Amino acid sequence: MLKIRNLSASIDGKMILKGINLDVNAGEVHAIMGPNGSGKSTLAAVLTGRNLYEITEGQVTYLGKDLLTMAPEDRARAGIFLGFQYPIEIPGVSMANFMRTAVNEIRKFKGQQPMNASDFMKLIREKIALVEIDTKLINRSVNEGFSGGEKKKNEIFQMAMLEPMLSILDETDSGLDIDALKIVANGVNMLKRPDNASIVITHYQRLLDYIVPDFVHILYDGRIVKSAGKELAVELEAKGYDWIKNHDGDE
Amino acid sequence: MENDQDNIIREVTQTDYKYGFFTDIDTDNIPYGLNEDIIRLISGKKNEPDWMLEFRLKSYRHWLGMEMPQWAHLKIPEINYQDIIYYSAPKQRIKPGKFEDVDPQLLETFNKLGIPLDEQKLLTGMAVDAVIDSVSVKTTFKKNLAELGIIFCSMGEAIQEHPDLVKKYLGSVVPYRDNYFATLNSAVFTDGSFCYIPKGVRCPMELSTYFRINAANTGQFERTLLIADDESYVSYLEGCTAPMRDEHQLHAAVVELVALNDASIKYSTVQNWYPGDKEGKGGIFNFVTKRGMCKGKNSRISWTQIETGSAITWKYPSCVLRGDNSTGEFYSVAVTNHHQQADTGTKMIHLGKNSKSTIISKGISAGKSNNSYRGLVRVTQNAVNSRNYSQCDSLLLGDKCGAHTFPYIEVANKTSIVEHEATTSKISEDQMFYCNQRGISTEDAIGLIVNGYAKEVLNKLPVEFAVEAQKLLQISLEGSVG
Repeated sequence: MLKIRNLSASIDGKMILKGINLDVNAGEVHAIMGPNGSGKSTLAAVLTGRNLYEITEGQVTYLGKDLLTMAPEDRARAGIFLGFQYPIEIPGVSMANFMRTAVNEIRKFKGQQPMNASDFMKLIREKIALVEIDTKLINRSVNEGFSGGEKKKNEIFQMAMLEPMLSILDETDSGLDIDALKIVANGVNMLKRPDNASIVITHYQRLLDYIVPDFVHILYDGRIVKSAGKELAVELEAKGYDWIKNHDGDE
Repeated sequence: MENDQDNIIREVTQTDYKYGFFTDIDTDNIPYGLNEDIIRLISGKKNEPDWMLEFRLKSYRHWLGMEMPQWAHLKIPEINYQDIIYYSAPKQRIKPGKFEDVDPQLLETFNKLGIPLDEQKLLTGMAVDAVIDSVSVKTTFKKNLAELGIIFCSMGEAIQEHPDLVKKYLGSVVPYRDNYFATLNSAVFTDGSFCYIPKGVRCPMELSTYFRINAANTGQFERTLLIADDESYVSYLEGCTAPMRDEHQLHAAVVELVALNDASIKYSTVQNWYPGDKEGKGGIFNFVTKRGMCKGKNSRISWTQIETGSAITWKYPSCVLRGDNSTGEFYSVAVTNHHQQADTGTKMIHLGKNSKSTIISKGISAGKSNNSYRGLVRVTQNAVNSRNYSQCDSLLLGDKCGAHTFPYIEVANKTSIVEHEATTSKISEDQMFYCNQRGISTEDAIGLIVNGYAKEVLNKLPVEFAVEAQKLLQISLEGSVG
């Protein structure tokens, strides 16, 4: 599904990603772990087309297409979803209106008719139950006045609504209490299908108690320095990031 | 990132003004220029009684001693008033009257503008007075309204058919000496709408006037007078468009509203005059005086305006709250893009006891435009226990535009309460990316955000027009944020 080859990116002339290689296949869950400043969020931003970064080297293919030349909205329409670390507030635009626009844009891209109002409300009710958020939130402005936990759950709600092929969750666990964490993880697990995939970016191992990854990658100083199965997360938790920092890296 | 923004800004400039076409039709023009003979000529063309000609002439003589106001936050190029044609009427093969008699080419023009004048095809519940250049070509549903005693006709017709009402109220809210542009209008106005709602009648349909400038080198100076007698209600809407031309054209209208005891007037405007091109070439100069008099007790006047057009807008729809317990409202969305300039707002003059006013102003600036809110809230000594709430918000798109707020507040008694809130915000890159990441294009995202921002005001429009206005906002701002 996703092939990243030797991907390097910089911001304001400073190299952040220094040659990333990663393959993600349908049905897989990948966890990317690493200390602060290692480039985790940059990787998510580059894959989704945030224009703050300059791509200096490398290729990314997504479903056979050259991802890096696609506009951010086209990447989203083609099934890439980013769960934001810091979800953005949009005053005056209701969640319902925002989601209806998004759902219909994606349907248009697939050559489908816009969804009618009653089907749309049905879909909302079905998906909202997954993340246990208050139905009142959908009549409120996007993320405005939402608590930290509500914002994160709202990201998973949107993911459920849009049914992406590839979800990238950028530190969705940060700032969540254990109950909210379980709800978020549960949402992600329920949405898992053999034909989709996810990349879960996290600083802590605890999310991986609930979302069991097929692969764990450790990102350090812009490079993936170690890849292994889910046991790697446990090892990392036990030894701490200093273990990686002292490691020379095996590229 | 900057390149992207430039690209998108370039795209905006390619957005076409949808109503920029010109109808090639024979017109009856009078010579260029302004003098007493021209005014006599206009008055003669309209077959006016002497008192009307006298009103025009005293206005003109007063205007000669006036100077153009310079206080607005606008750069206004010099206007040569001798270089304008003050009367231009489409030559109709048949004299207008019945629908079947209106020139097919004019009907087609209004069809193209989305205003069919065939009563069968019109939106149910809306009567239209269609004005092209200096004359009204057709007023629909006149008969149905007349059954309720409602008079809805062109101003020209009202002067002939209802001289007592016109004499009594014309200039009663905006006196002929009021200001430079209102005085000019009083001298040369050509047509416009007249409406009278009798006592106790609730007008069953939206009344609407559609103003179209078509001919070149002309100015449009229409005059609208609306009177709501005791305990009556009317909702009125005006729309306007003009062809795309490299030269500026002047539009200086006067609108007067009178609400008597317990009467209520809701006046909505969707202003879409040609705004000029991306370089600021051409476009309408819109200098308009709109004022409502809440003359009776418990009366109410509500202005709602969606301002997207014109190269320059100078406009302050106001309420004089003379009656005790009267209410004035002003809801405005003003959009400027490219080189457009707007200085708009309102005046709420509290004279009656317990009078209330609300001002909600939403300015949206993009491109290299300048958008100013200017508002006066004056509470006089006798207007005890009065109340005003003002909210002025500015939204900036891009970093080359300007937003300004000039509130004036004068309170002369101790029992009144006046509140003013103001905010300035910007559509951020983060918001755009968040929308993009959900599959929403930048254009659509601006539409969503701007409409969300303006929702409070859009909700005040009659339902049929709220959707049109939403689309208009989006089109006016297409691609103005990176």
